[in-house]
Amino acid sequence: MCLAVPGKVIALDGAISKVDFGSGVIREVNMSMLEIEIGDYVIVHAGFAIQKVDEKEAKETLKLFEELMEKT
Amino acid sequence: MADFQNRDMAKRVLDKIKESGVEAKFMHVCGTHQDTLVRNGLDAMLESTGIRILQGPGCPVCVTTPNEIEESIKLADSGIVVTVFGDMLTVPGAERSLAHAKGDGADVRIVYSIMDALRMAKDDPNKEFMFMGIGFETTTPATSLALLSQPPDNFSILSCHRTVPKALRALVNMGEVKLHGLIEPGHVSAIIGEEPYQFLSTEYNIPQVIAGFEPLDLLMSIFMLTQQIKEGRAEVENEYFRVVKPEGNPKAIEAMAKTLVESDVKWRGFPVLPGTGLEISDKFEAFNSRKKYEDLLSPIWDMDFPEPAGCKCGEILRGIMEPQDCPLFGKACKPGSPVGPCMVSFEGGCSIAYKYGKRGN
Ligand code: SF4
Repeated sequence: MCLAVPGKVIALDGAISKVDFGSGVIREVNMSMLEIEIGDYVIVHAGFAIQKVDEKEAKETLKLFEELMEKT
Repeated sequence: MADFQNRDMAKRVLDKIKESGVEAKFMHVCGTHQDTLVRNGLDAMLESTGIRILQGPGCPVCVTTPNEIEESIKLADSGIVVTVFGDMLTVPGAERSLAHAKGDGADVRIVYSIMDALRMAKDDPNKEFMFMGIGFETTTPATSLALLSQPPDNFSILSCHRTVPKALRALVNMGEVKLHGLIEPGHVSAIIGEEPYQFLSTEYNIPQVIAGFEPLDLLMSIFMLTQQIKEGRAEVENEYFRVVKPEGNPKAIEAMAKTLVESDVKWRGFPVLPGTGLEISDKFEAFNSRKKYEDLLSPIWDMDFPEPAGCKCGEILRGIMEPQDCPLFGKACKPGSPVGPCMVSFEGGCSIAYKYGKRGN
């Protein structure tokens, strides 16, 4: 139910966008909960983008994991 | 995108969890977390550590009550087009499921999004359409946005939405399981942010980590919980900060506040949990199935339906039993012939255990 998958915004038309989920899967997604731009990664659940995925933060997360592993 | 499936890293984190020497029980409340744990064999790997992971009431379909399913069947039998998410179709009500109603001639349609249901209603103004709104805070904003989008008169919503943090309070207060930490659901948190969980740490002294859904996310969250325990801390930490902002999603929160009000609802396996339901507010009552069809539905509200004979879903949802401990698991109860909702939903503990070949006892 709460399954939500990341995809990349490839087109925008008002609140409706096209999101590329990879492997050729492209779907219309409602963006009214977010401010987004083409090229952003979003988490999509039941036809709505619920949040952006911050790519910089994603890399940051892995760096943080490394640090935590070194430290402890 | 960054690699969250790195096996070397996963092994290192697992070793650290083992090294920490912490012995504890952590609970998650998310079917997708359970799927990640079992599909990747993390539950088996964790057996070599002092950590046990329990699954709580994290499957929205599973916690939906027979009364709510009976409400939807009643409307379907009465000639209203019922639109639902796919995994709701075969969940048994008192006797029949929506799939049975469909077999008996009712118009029951599977939708991927509430937007599909709205579109169907607009395209067919001579029929009445009901959308069964299931799900936690991840799903609820879509229902709110649909209400705010001026739906057509022939459309209404049967709200079965529920909220997570207050349910956790009830679960902790019940005292059946002693929890040493909570793994909070990343996509619920993407909407509500960090603050709503705070009281569990301050009032109940429970360490919490908001977790993403890759194997590494979960292992790291478990590690972070062991560190909190070792250092005597109990706070809300956020491992999934690439998606979850401290404030959540303000637009979604605002849409929910405009359209829904808290209600006291029963959860399957639990008594009535105060403030854990979301009902459609008076301003939008024209689109509330329970108001629109009150005559049809009100007789069902106070009925008491027994759980399917022998089904242990309630115990599984409260974290005190594993699917493999149910005598029916994999025998009388299988995905093709489910006895209880935990075997129906792809987020249900029993269906996940069955799918990934857990041995029945
Ligand atoms: S295995 Fe079937 S009968 Fe047993 S608890 Fe799970 S859903 Fe219920």
